[in-house]
Amino acid sequence: MKYIAEYRDGTLARDIADRIAAEARPGRTYSLMEFCGGHTHAISRYGLKDLLPPAINMVHGPGCPVCVLPIGRIDNAIELAMQHGAIVCTYADTMRVPASGGLSLMKAKARGADIRMVYSAADALRIAQENPERQVVFFAIGFETTTPPTALVIKGAQAAGLKNFSVFCNHVLTPAAITHILESPEVRELGLVPLDGFIGPAHVSTIIGSQPYEYFAEEYAKPVVIAGFEPLDVMQAILMLVRQLNEGRAEVENEFTRAVTPEGNAKAKTLVADVFELRKTFEWRGLGEVPYSALKIKAAYADYDAEARFGIRYQSVPDNKACECGAILRGVKKPTDCKVFGTVCTPENPLGSCMVSSEGACAAHYTYGRFKDVPVKAA
Amino acid sequence: MCLAIPARVVELLPGDEATIDLAGVRKRISLALVEGIAVDDYVIVHVGYALQRLDPAEAAKTLALFADARLLENPA
Repeated sequence: MKYIAEYRDGTLARDIADRIAAEARPGRTYSLMEFCGGHTHAISRYGLKDLLPPAINMVHGPGCPVCVLPIGRIDNAIELAMQHGAIVCTYADTMRVPASGGLSLMKAKARGADIRMVYSAADALRIAQENPERQVVFFAIGFETTTPPTALVIKGAQAAGLKNFSVFCNHVLTPAAITHILESPEVRELGLVPLDGFIGPAHVSTIIGSQPYEYFAEEYAKPVVIAGFEPLDVMQAILMLVRQLNEGRAEVENEFTRAVTPEGNAKAKTLVADVFELRKTFEWRGLGEVPYSALKIKAAYADYDAEARFGIRYQSVPDNKACECGAILRGVKKPTDCKVFGTVCTPENPLGSCMVSSEGACAAHYTYGRFKDVPVKAA
Repeated sequence: MCLAIPARVVELLPGDEATIDLAGVRKRISLALVEGIAVDDYVIVHVGYALQRLDPAEAAKTLALFADARLLENPA
């Protein structure tokens, strides 16, 4: 497919890897965080780690919206379907995330809750129009990529005068999460997570542009290179980061210029600003409460806010004690540091959210890399 | 979750919608978040919405950047 195949060329990937190895300074390590799950997935799927020289240490970031959604929010979605009898429409990604009481949206559906997977927020709006006698709630999750479509359906519901449609808003913001990681004790004081630079988000940046990252480059003196999700994009971004670090620069560079501009998508940003406002704080799995890191629906659209309509109260629920998702999301631990990785917790039966989404660090390592850790025994 | 795919616009439809072609698979998507899209443009599609138009000139520049690594490895 055009704009995909040419960014997956293995020979070119090896050439870029050779270049990285040639330019990496002897004796120094480059610890680079790929913020997005999309990059984590590409690194695992295409075996990029095996191409990279040992000097490059990739640290997985928390940029997987499914992984960072706390249990209590899934509980709320189940409550909307089971206690309030609403049709809950959700992206498929959230269906298997473990909730309280051994439940998940999938298991709640098996118990009779009317939970429906949708491809698009527009499908949820259509379901509301087709079921005027039922309350329909769209379980909105995701970073800046999925937020503009949610804004559109809220405005669409208002324009159509729909009385039975609302949105349970869980949209979160990328820059706030990056700030939180840079400010965390593990990075700032304890030095447990060495971070020299970031691979910046691909599709999130098509909306917000490259400008919001200028702050990290300036304030924290960390280089950021925005990169596409194809393997050559990731390799090129690593090369660009190595060059910045060698030259002592900390700038925002854009490898994904075919889709990302400095300003981003003005139309989408205006729409989001019209419908949503910042929440003072929001709980992220693994990161805890992060100030000004999520969006809520503005009062002007309160009629379409499921939290207001159904009086939803959020209650924080701790993760399973054996699960290391929290530390993995902060880059402090690797999937293989978790005792239940690949034993109790597998993609078929996930205990933690990092094993649910294919972009989660655990699922990516389980699917593409777990046999690399197993010593080969002679027959 | 934030995964999106480049697809070619084959037909503009009323109501800010379009039909896209993805290696032979055709789908109806919304153009409500973008402006000035024409037939044969490539757009990045995410959850049924085009997020951005792909810039062919910039795409070519990035491909040339990849090829630079090879030139540096094997200077003529």
